[in-house]
Amino acid sequence: MKHASIGMLAALGALASFPASAADADLQSLRDEIAQMRKSYEQRIESLEKRLVQAESTSTQAKAAADKVATQTARAGEGKANAFNPEIGLNLQGALTKTTRDPATWTMQGFVPPGEPDEIGPPRRRGFTAQETELTVSANVDPNFRGYLNLALTPGNAVELEEAYFQTLGLGAGLTVKGGRFLSGIGYQNEIHPHAWDFADAPLAYTAFVGNKLTTEGVQVKWLAPTETFLELGLEGGRDNSFPGGARNKSGTGIGAAFAHVGGDVGASNSWRAGLSYIATRPGGRSYEGVDGTGLATTVSFAGDSRTAVADFVWKWAPNGNAKERNFKLQGEYFRRTEDGSLRCSERDTSGACGGAAGITDRYRSAQSGYYLQGVYQFMPRWRVGYRHDRLDSGTPSFGPTLVVADLPQLAPFKPTRNTVMVDFASSEFARLRFQVARDTSRGAGRTDNQVWLQYVMSLGAHGAHKF
Amino acid sequence: MRQLFLVLIVAFALPAQAALNVLATVPEWAALAQEIGGDRVRVASATTALQDPHHIDARPSLIARARNADLLLATGAELEVGWLPVVQRESGNPRIQSGQPGYFEAAGAVRMLDVPARLDRADGDVHAAGNPHIQTDPRNMLAVGEALAARLAQVDPANASTFRAGHAAFAERWRALIKRWEAQAAPLKGVAVVSQHKAWAYLYDWLGLREVAALEPKPGVEPSLAHLALVRDQAATSRPRMVIRAAYNSARPAEWFAREAKVSVVVLPFTVGAPEAADLTALFETTVQRLLKGL
Repeated sequence: MKHASIGMLAALGALASFPASAADADLQSLRDEIAQMRKSYEQRIESLEKRLVQAESTSTQAKAAADKVATQTARAGEGKANAFNPEIGLNLQGALTKTTRDPATWTMQGFVPPGEPDEIGPPRRRGFTAQETELTVSANVDPNFRGYLNLALTPGNAVELEEAYFQTLGLGAGLTVKGGRFLSGIGYQNEIHPHAWDFADAPLAYTAFVGNKLTTEGVQVKWLAPTETFLELGLEGGRDNSFPGGARNKSGTGIGAAFAHVGGDVGASNSWRAGLSYIATRPGGRSYEGVDGTGLATTVSFAGDSRTAVADFVWKWAPNGNAKERNFKLQGEYFRRTEDGSLRCSERDTSGACGGAAGITDRYRSAQSGYYLQGVYQFMPRWRVGYRHDRLDSGTPSFGPTLVVADLPQLAPFKPTRNTVMVDFASSEFARLRFQVARDTSRGAGRTDNQVWLQYVMSLGAHGAHKF
Repeated sequence: MRQLFLVLIVAFALPAQAALNVLATVPEWAALAQEIGGDRVRVASATTALQDPHHIDARPSLIARARNADLLLATGAELEVGWLPVVQRESGNPRIQSGQPGYFEAAGAVRMLDVPARLDRADGDVHAAGNPHIQTDPRNMLAVGEALAARLAQVDPANASTFRAGHAAFAERWRALIKRWEAQAAPLKGVAVVSQHKAWAYLYDWLGLREVAALEPKPGVEPSLAHLALVRDQAATSRPRMVIRAAYNSARPAEWFAREAKVSVVVLPFTVGAPEAADLTALFETTVQRLLKGL
């Protein structure tokens, strides 16, 4: 076709160059014809050029087509059987500790002992020790629910069910419901797992007021306000099997908690969150083993109202919001607990300040408070330093009419303090080595304990995203 | 009661009609959504160009924004795995949960590079699905843009034609731009370079640059002096022309290497919002110009 047209054009050209012997009219018509043909060729050339341009730009199109095939193949390959397997993660923690006093003699003077001690509070043993090993398993159950399990394997060769809960994914209207056993949403640090803490042990206030952490076994409802500023309200109800509750056999709710959190950004470099929480419970016979004023072994048990209020805040700074290089985190929480009820003190012996085996039941009222404030600074990638100050005030409990404070030496007023300094190094976000020293006066005046920690925290496998 | 219900429904539905609320995890998808959606979308980005998208806190402000989002634009390929799941869960917003139309992953629309043959954290911060920094190849914007326009139309059918038209206009303009950049960048073909972080696989694939080494010993692991010295010694034979880092990377390793190996440092914007990269066009304009200057 192309060749034919060129041939025709050549013939016409020859015709046009004929001597001017032909009639003027013929000449004119020939000229018109040639002009028309030239026009049509120009159009064809133009269209050919256009096609050429398009052909050039198909390097993009070719890539797009090839990519489409490749991505479809890749997608098809994703349907492996283990795609439905849950995410499994493991956190290994251990320490080498040195203390000037025997960890077995640890008490918090002025405060009721906070239940069974665990590995995340003050040191329990000296020397080499494996701390809690956390095994986590989680997955979406279906489009509506997610399930989560956290088992703690303790150095005492026991398995503890730390958390086991389901959570709704899409209730709408900003609502989320959690059910099962879970870390309560009160305060700031409570919901954070020990492997993500900035120090090797819990703040003293957490140890004194909620036994290192408050675990709820029940239901939590959270509502997030549809506002630009973060505002979250939450309610929890459940059984009171953890400190400060305990030992009540009752249908319905044994412990209730409510919390509100607000938060936001200040420029690109700062973000913050603050909150208020309230915990209400009514232990039915929360007891501890102690001694009376004469040194006789006693059992002391409390029944009554226990109310705790918590104020928390955290401020994070990173230049331009890029925390990788340098960042600073300031965090503090204040706890205040009031208890009002009856205290029963009994002894194995027949006589003593607590009235012997028959025991004495008396009224008990207390108002106790405490706080911690800590700052952690990452001064270069992978290296951080931190300082934490703990202070508690036991207040003076009031008894009446029979018992006096001197009968219960554990509850004699005191203000424990602790100062902690730490340096840690993270070889990646999954491995951290920490050196920590603390001076702890919890045991009472003149019984200061100096503690040195060398700790490792390693995270393997699927590692869930961390909260703020 | 029923009336109250109606009032509530209307009250909740009204703001959604005004414009589609789009929350992007990184600025490039925010910019792309803006190009396609125009005034039919209200776009916000969770991060800026000066932040490392691997390491973001699930800040309260992000959770609050996710609460009201109609569409969540993520890169996927595990780039946001350290923080986005918390934001999704805490938002209490059913529209943006994984698997819903309101959750979009850009990586699903393109061919992934650097897909690891084995998964082992001993290899550093590896991503099972491949290198997630897909935005460094402008051709990927076309593929992601097409998928995004279809998704926008699905989430907001009332404005489907607007999104289609927006995408068509963008794609036409973008193809012409790619052609121009490719012509300008021709001298870069086959040039040996050193990267600070393995963030540029797609850029190199596009322009034909050759990565001979990375300053990070493993992805996500900070460069150590020992490793830097090793890369410097290798440079004697591999002869890189420049060392490339993103605007959010620490300046020191690249500068040290540039001094030692006597090559130039090229700071690339990496994403929209970095200096001299106000929008998608400027992002690649600056990238190409700075690479050419580094020759």
